[in-house]
Amino acid sequence: MDWFYIQGILILSGIYLLAVLGLSLLTGFTGLFSFGHAGFMAVGAYITAMMTVNFKMPFILALLVGGVAAALISLLIGRLTLNLKGDYFCIATLGLGEAIRLILDNVQYFGGARGWPGIPLKTTLGNVIVINIIAIIVMANLIRSRHGRNFIAIREEEMASQIIGINVFRYRMISLAVSAMYAGVAGGMLAHYLGFLQPKMFQMAKSTELTIMVIFGGLGSISGSALGAIVLTALPELLRSFAKWRLVVYGLAVIFIMITRPQGLMGGYELTFKNIKNFFSRIGLKANEKTSIGGDQS
Amino acid sequence: MSAFMQQIINGLSIGSVYALMAVGYSLVYSIMNFSNFAHGGVIMLGSYFGFFLLTLYKLPFAAAFVLAALGAGALALIIERIAYRPLRKRNAPFLYFIISAMGASIFLENIVIATIGPTFKTYPRILSPQPYSFGTLSIGRLDMMMFIISGVSLALLVYIIERTKIGMAIRATAYNMRASALMGVNTDRIIFIVFGLGGLLGGIAGVLFGMKYTVYPQIGFITIKSFIAAVFGGLGSLQGAVVGSVLLGIIETFTSGYLSSQYRDLIAFALLIFILIVRPMGLMGKMTEDKA
Repeated sequence: MDWFYIQGILILSGIYLLAVLGLSLLTGFTGLFSFGHAGFMAVGAYITAMMTVNFKMPFILALLVGGVAAALISLLIGRLTLNLKGDYFCIATLGLGEAIRLILDNVQYFGGARGWPGIPLKTTLGNVIVINIIAIIVMANLIRSRHGRNFIAIREEEMASQIIGINVFRYRMISLAVSAMYAGVAGGMLAHYLGFLQPKMFQMAKSTELTIMVIFGGLGSISGSALGAIVLTALPELLRSFAKWRLVVYGLAVIFIMITRPQGLMGGYELTFKNIKNFFSRIGLKANEKTSIGGDQS
Repeated sequence: MSAFMQQIINGLSIGSVYALMAVGYSLVYSIMNFSNFAHGGVIMLGSYFGFFLLTLYKLPFAAAFVLAALGAGALALIIERIAYRPLRKRNAPFLYFIISAMGASIFLENIVIATIGPTFKTYPRILSPQPYSFGTLSIGRLDMMMFIISGVSLALLVYIIERTKIGMAIRATAYNMRASALMGVNTDRIIFIVFGLGGLLGGIAGVLFGMKYTVYPQIGFITIKSFIAAVFGGLGSLQGAVVGSVLLGIIETFTSGYLSSQYRDLIAFALLIFILIVRPMGLMGKMTEDKA
């Protein structure tokens, strides 16, 4: 395996990591389910590409514009459906995601269904890492803030959090907009990594795959989502001959996780230095206990 | 004018198949309050069952039809057993049900791709392509059959729900699961029956759909449109599902007839969003409030 290939896998993992981080806020921390995040990625990708190709904007600025465009679209749909029951929102995102794709299929300005080649390649491993670090720091601070606790309260008990004075609708809107913005930026980076865009790339299967990554890592854990994104993007590359069965296994695994361990891999824990230290000291304690019990018996 | 009537007839025939699929979504929603996205996979496999029974085992059409429907019903029950029952026993939040349903639908679609292959398969011709003509109108034999079989199955379903004791229990459970359990309704059995009925109708719809078009692993995606129809008519309402499906079928044929078939799917999804905005409970559904 040469460096170019490994670099490619790392860049792709980084791009999906960004989208999964956003979805993690929405699904893992706020308890809303989205079938339309591929649609937000598509909006981000096309708008960013339009900015760099047609308006000659610098890449970072274009990414921001793409992210904001995705957030605006999400606010529009959120404004209309977030005050309904949870599953209506989920159905609406499904409709929105597919509608975005079908509209892009028919917009000749963006190349329609045939696709849009010749987008400059500007995504490098360097800027992927920098953007991801910024995104993780922002997200971690958001979750730890008062707002983050409000998201979690809404996930746990919507009515109770409304009673203690959390504006549920507003916080759901914020969560949706931030998560769509992350997806939009990820889409923009994807466009400038592949150099080619096609509406087919953003089918509903992509949305469900992003959700699977969140579930694998664990609902309500940033480091879990990050781990899920990296492992599930890199693993299929290592197991190429297994590709046909990949989604079969994913589907089974999702059901299995829901039945046995719905909190996912990390189960709400974060990978921080303090937790790692605690973990190892606990293992040490357990080992000591065992020897002492053994000693009593003899 | 005759072109207009022709479109209506085409719309009715595809709409009736959507209705068969949509009642499956609606039945499960009315009892368990979540959207069973695995239903699309059940319909798709029902279609494959029918195809293989007809081509591989050379069964007569009626036998293949019944067996495919039974197979799809059994599959729906297995999914309920494996993917939903453990969650139900634990009183898991609704988010987990949807995720589990999504897992099941991904599994079903991809196991078919991995074992049978992603290619399109065509049903053997059973009816002669010669259409019936009534004056200037002509109705394909297949369209006629789709309409009649769907109509009869739906009528039977309505009879079961409205006139039998089991139907009364289903309605009671849909109204309030806990209260009907206290009144001695075996809710586990009701859920079993509801999934079975949904699967049976889904299997019938799958075979009809396969005969009209082709069989392929992504049929589950088409069934999303029947789900839209269920939302359109009002999730949880059987009459709503039927009315919504027939209307959607007619709207679709009119779009592809007078506008462009490219916009057919777009119109369906736009309709979904429009309905959710204007009247989220659908045409005939009742507004449900979240109870803590």
